[in-house]
Amino acid sequence: MRAVLGFFWLVTIMAAQHSYTPADVENGARLYRGNCVNCHGPDGDFIPGVDFSHGKFIRAVSDDDVAHVIINGVPGAGMPAHNFSQAQAELVVAYLRSLATTASHYSGPAGDKARGQALVAGKGQCLSCHRINGDGSRVGPDLSDVGSYRRAGEVEESLVDPDASIAPENRYFRIVMKNGTTFTGKLLNQDTFTMQFINSKEQLVSLQKSDIRESAFVSKSPMPSYKDKLNTQERADVVSYLISLKGGE
Amino acid sequence: MNARVVVLALVSLSLPAQVSFDRILNATNEPQNWLTYSGTTMSQRHSPLTQITPQNVKNLEMQWVYQARSLEKFEATPLVVDGVMYTVQAPNDVMALDAVTGRLFWTYSYTPAPEARPCCGRVNRGLAILGDTLYMGTIDAHLLAIDAKNGKPLWNVQVARPEAGYALTHAPLVVKDKVIVGTAGGEFGIRGYIAAYDAKTGKEAWRFYTVPGPGEPGHETWQNDAWKTGGGSVWVTGSYDPNLNLTYWGIGNPGPDWNGDPRPGDNLYTDSVVALDADTGKLKWYYQFSPHDEFDYDSVQVPVLADMDWQGRPRKVMMWANRNGLMYVLDRTTGQFLMGKPFVKVNWMDGFDEKGRPKRVPGKTPSAEGTQIFPGNQGGTNWYSPSYSARTGLFYIPSWVEYDSTYFKIPAEYKEGERYTAGAPRSLIGGSNAPAAPLTRLEQEGYGAVRAMDPKTGTMKWEFKMADVTDAGILTTDSDLLFTGGRDGYFFALDARNGELLWKVSIGGRAQNGPMTYSVNGKQYIAFAAGNSLFSYALK
Repeated sequence: MRAVLGFFWLVTIMAAQHSYTPADVENGARLYRGNCVNCHGPDGDFIPGVDFSHGKFIRAVSDDDVAHVIINGVPGAGMPAHNFSQAQAELVVAYLRSLATTASHYSGPAGDKARGQALVAGKGQCLSCHRINGDGSRVGPDLSDVGSYRRAGEVEESLVDPDASIAPENRYFRIVMKNGTTFTGKLLNQDTFTMQFINSKEQLVSLQKSDIRESAFVSKSPMPSYKDKLNTQERADVVSYLISLKGGE
Repeated sequence: MNARVVVLALVSLSLPAQVSFDRILNATNEPQNWLTYSGTTMSQRHSPLTQITPQNVKNLEMQWVYQARSLEKFEATPLVVDGVMYTVQAPNDVMALDAVTGRLFWTYSYTPAPEARPCCGRVNRGLAILGDTLYMGTIDAHLLAIDAKNGKPLWNVQVARPEAGYALTHAPLVVKDKVIVGTAGGEFGIRGYIAAYDAKTGKEAWRFYTVPGPGEPGHETWQNDAWKTGGGSVWVTGSYDPNLNLTYWGIGNPGPDWNGDPRPGDNLYTDSVVALDADTGKLKWYYQFSPHDEFDYDSVQVPVLADMDWQGRPRKVMMWANRNGLMYVLDRTTGQFLMGKPFVKVNWMDGFDEKGRPKRVPGKTPSAEGTQIFPGNQGGTNWYSPSYSARTGLFYIPSWVEYDSTYFKIPAEYKEGERYTAGAPRSLIGGSNAPAAPLTRLEQEGYGAVRAMDPKTGTMKWEFKMADVTDAGILTTDSDLLFTGGRDGYFFALDARNGELLWKVSIGGRAQNGPMTYSVNGKQYIAFAAGNSLFSYALK
């Protein structure tokens, strides 16, 4: 039964994806520049969790979903309603979809997804820090949907030079408490008086800042460079596997 | 006491209290009430109430919460008149509450037209009162008069066209027998104005265009037809000096926001303060904080009026903490520039000429590839009320510190009702309607603070740092307490003299209105909104 339902769901989504002409895209771009760009940015990546140029939306899946959000907004989440007709909203969707088909900047060799998966689980020891579809550690970033928000070139860069770009949500801190206790952990959240971490033992820890003697951002990523640990083809395989991960499993 | 006096006293007790304009002008004589948006028409957001002190503030406890039936930002400052609180649940529900229990007497729900689409939230910042009538601007650009006793609408006038992007979001200002409002919509290429309406009838008494038309002084600062879509929105309540009979209003950004190419010139009176004759709306003077702005530095902050010794002689001044990162002191009689100094990091200007015009730094302008500007798009401060205490002599500013945006310039064409911004600012820190997200920024990437500034020198006396930025106004009292909150969901009290933290409460939502205080039956309350709720605290 579940398979049957899944089939119908898939058909429904596919039916909801529209095809667009270059003129649609151009008109959508004008509407986007006039109504969306100052919050979402020229590349559609200014709002955390949303990245149009990578096809990343918070809730919407189908084109109709996206058009619905454009017209009705998301109350309480900062996305306002827009006085667009259905046809105008679809033009904006046409433009958003065109943004996501921009070419990847990856210049390495073609990779093999299956070999990449084996390298991630084996030789690369990636799951000692990362988690993919329920396997591996929760201390590093979960990669189950990394392919939905990172392009191949960006994944390759992170493998070779992990320090080049560390997203704020992946920052590691070294904490020394006033009682002398020391630990490292990923900062999950903070406010004026407290900090929340997941430590290297995967424990969720909340601390009063007044109990902390010192805390410092560890600017060097705990992830090693795979420049010499994996050869060019192996890295291509890993990249191929990782960008295939779109979440939802 | 003779019989006649007794009868008069009984009659006055039984009559409903009318809020005369004389009461509003002398609001400090009845500190139990809060009769206008900023407390008084001088807009210091400072209360003479002293029951809550630095010694006992730790004993504050919650008296009541009103949970709004709305997911919009709760930005209204309540009014309190003789034990009754009047406020607005966004977008445009007027409420009368028992100020002691938070229980509703009545509500009046106004349904704005669907064309109403304010840029940055379907918000309202509060009401005005005169006599027994409340006044509210609506997001579809109407001005409403409502009976304060039963919530029934008395009159409703259309101020501007919502389909062209106009809205009313600020609390109106009552001056004498008039109600003054200005139009929001600076992201839609409006041509803004301030207008006064007869409080009894709703008839328009005067109108001042914030972007002058052909033949009007200031029009020469525009070229071609740019004035028609020049912006100059008004979305925060002005002030009034009864001795000078001047009403002061801050004016918003020029349109389009982030690309100055279609509008060469200084673009008066955008990003200015204007001093208007309260009876006629005639311009007495202006001062432009950010000529030819390209960074969305709306000058819609509250004009804070005070009389103080200035370089050895008494002077009527106006203090202004501007979104552009500078704090100013002006002579409010003449508009003379007395002082301007950064209160946060600023890189778009590097000094003033002798008339107080800022010197722009070459190259610091939005570009196709992006240009980093301090302060960023939300500003060194924004619409949130500052406070001034004559007791400490300090001017308290809700500040965004070490905060920048990278400004991208994009071509844009004007189309009625669509956004006309022509660019995009990018920052690690979002605006007040950005989705809530965990806070993992480092301090050097921007933080919020209360900065206590000496207006006579422009130097900072102390700073209270918050992990996240702040969208909350500041209240001070005669017991040297300072109340405010922040985006990370705390509301707290500081010692206004030194910034020491005296009390805090985690209220679990962004504090984003101006706190106020009132008293009923001798008990002092502190009221503020956070998240979607309105809170009232008092001593145990």
